[in-house]
Amino acid sequence: MSISEFRFLAPELNLLGFALLVILIDLFVKQKKVLAGLSIAGLVVSAGFTVVMWGMPATDIFYRMLAIDNFALFFKLLLLAAAALIILASQDYVSKFDRFQGEYYALVLISAVGMMLLVAATDLIAIYVALELSGISLYVLATFLKDKKSTEAGLKYLLLGAVASAVLLYGMALVFGFTGRTCLMCIAEYVQGMPGAGLLSNPALLLGMVLLAAGFGFKIACFPFQMWVPDVYEGAPTPITAYLSVASKAAGFAVVLRVFFVALGSPEWISLNWGILFAVLSAITMTVGNVVAILQSNIKRMLGYSSIAQAGYLMVGLATIGMAIGNDALGQSGLLFFIMSYAVTNLGAFIAIIAISNKIKSDEIDDYTGMGKRAPLLALALTFCLISLIGLPPTAGLIAKIYIFSGAVQHGLLWLVIVAVINSCISAFYYLRVVKVMWTGEPASKVKVPSSWALRIALALCCLFVLLLGVIPGGFVGIAEAAARILGS
Amino acid sequence: MSVGLEHYLVLSAVLFSIGLYGVLAKRNAVVILMCIEIMLNAVNIALVAFSRYVVPMLLTGQIFAIFVIVVAAAEAAVGIAIIIAIYRNRQSVDVDKFDLMKW
Repeated sequence: MSISEFRFLAPELNLLGFALLVILIDLFVKQKKVLAGLSIAGLVVSAGFTVVMWGMPATDIFYRMLAIDNFALFFKLLLLAAAALIILASQDYVSKFDRFQGEYYALVLISAVGMMLLVAATDLIAIYVALELSGISLYVLATFLKDKKSTEAGLKYLLLGAVASAVLLYGMALVFGFTGRTCLMCIAEYVQGMPGAGLLSNPALLLGMVLLAAGFGFKIACFPFQMWVPDVYEGAPTPITAYLSVASKAAGFAVVLRVFFVALGSPEWISLNWGILFAVLSAITMTVGNVVAILQSNIKRMLGYSSIAQAGYLMVGLATIGMAIGNDALGQSGLLFFIMSYAVTNLGAFIAIIAISNKIKSDEIDDYTGMGKRAPLLALALTFCLISLIGLPPTAGLIAKIYIFSGAVQHGLLWLVIVAVINSCISAFYYLRVVKVMWTGEPASKVKVPSSWALRIALALCCLFVLLLGVIPGGFVGIAEAAARILGS
Repeated sequence: MSVGLEHYLVLSAVLFSIGLYGVLAKRNAVVILMCIEIMLNAVNIALVAFSRYVVPMLLTGQIFAIFVIVVAAAEAAVGIAIIIAIYRNRQSVDVDKFDLMKW
C-alpha cells in the first residue's frame, strides 16, 4: 500500500470535504440556499472524478479493503445522481426549517459517502463500517423534523437497524471464524478449496450465510425484514423517504451482490442454495408488498409498500445470478439496469409528491383529487412515473422488467416470473387508483400548486431518463453490461 | 479441563440470545438499546475467540472487534439522542405507545 492509493478515493474524500465545508459556511451565511448550491457543486465534482475513473482496469486498494472497478463506479454515479436530485428537490422543504439547514445537507452528503464506500467495499470490516456510516446518518435524517411522526419513524428505524446490524455482525463473525479471513476474495479462495460437500455438513457456514442474508435483507427491505419500511417512509421527511427508497436500497443490492457473488458465488453447491433462498424470499416479498399496498390511503405509505414490491422484482435478479452457476452476465446486467430504471422512476414519483405536499400539506391520496386541474404538469409527471412503476410502455419500467425476467426464465425460474407478472397486474390497481383520482375527481379548491425551478428541473430530469431508458435503452444496457462484467472476472 | 474455543462460542451465543430476547420482550426503549449493546458485545467475544484460536498469527478479529466497539458507541449516542427527542414529544419511552403509524 502507498499514499498514492488515496487518489482512487477522490470522489469520497471530495464529498466529505464539501460536507464539512457546508457545516462551516452554515455558521456565516444568512442565505441558506447557498448551502444547497454548494452541496450540489460537491456532488458534481465527485461525479466528475468518478466518470474519469470509469473504464480503468479494476484495482484493489488498501490491502483489498476497497475495489475500484466499473461495478463500484456505476453505483457511485447512481448514488451521486440520486443525492443531487434529492438536494434539488428538498430546497423548498428545508427552507421552512428554522434551524439546522446546513446539517441537513451535510448529513445527506455524509450518508452518500457511506454508501459510496459500501458499494466499493470488499472486506467484511469495510462493509460493516461503511454500512453504519450511511445508516447512522440516515437515522438522524429520518428524525429530522422532530415532530411526533418523525421521531417515531427515527426510533423504529434506529432500533430495527441496530438489531439488523448486530445479526449481520454475528453472521460476519461466523464466516470469519469458518474461513479465518475477512476479505471477500480470500473467503472465496477458501470456500473453493474445500472438498466438495453440502452446506449441511458445514453448519457454521450455513448459519453465517443465513445471518448475512438477514442483515442485508433489512437494508434492501425484503420479507420478513420489511416491517420498518412503511412506518419509516411515512414519518420521515419526504425527500429523505425518496433518498431511502432509492439510494439506500441500491447500495444494499450492490453489497448483497458483491458478498454473495464474489465470496460465496463459486462452488455450485453453495450458489444454488442462496439462489433458491432469494427466489423464495422474492416471491413472498413482492406479494406482501403489492397486496398490502392496495389497502393504503397515505401515498407515502403506499409507495413504501410499492418499494417493497419492487425490491421483490429486483431479487428475481439475485435469484437468477445464484441459479446461473458460474458466470452469466444476463442476470447481473439485468439487475443493474432494473436498479437504474427503478431509481429514476421512484425519484420522479417522490419529487412530484414533494412538490404537491409542499402546498397541500397532506399525504392522503384523497387529497390528490383533481390535481390534474390544479397542477397539470406535476400530475402528468407523477402519472408517467406511476405507469413506469407498473411496467407499461413507453417507460423504463417495461424494459427493465422484460430484461430481468427474461434472464430468470433462461435459468429455470419460470414459476417465479409467473408470480412476478401476476404481481405486476395487482400493482396496476393501486398505482392507477392514484392516477384516476388525480384526473377525474373535482378539486377541493381551485388554488394552483406552485413549485420552484430547482424542483421542476429535478422532476424534468427524472422524467427524461424514464423516457430515454424506455425508448432507447441500448446505451444504458451497454453501461449496465460493462459494470456487470467486472463481477465475473 | 481447559477452556477452548467452544466455551467462548457458547458464551457468545448465550449472550447474543439474551440480547435478542431482551429486544423482543422489553418495552422500554433505553433497555432495548442496552440489549442491542449486549448483542454487539456477544459478537465481539466470538470475533476475538475466533481470532485467537483460528488465526493466532493475525489480529484481524481483534481489529474487527475494536471497529465494532467504536461504531456501537456512535450508534448508542444517536440512539439516546433520538430517545430524548421522542420523550420530549410524548413524555414516554415505552415502545408500545409509539403506535401513531401502523399497517
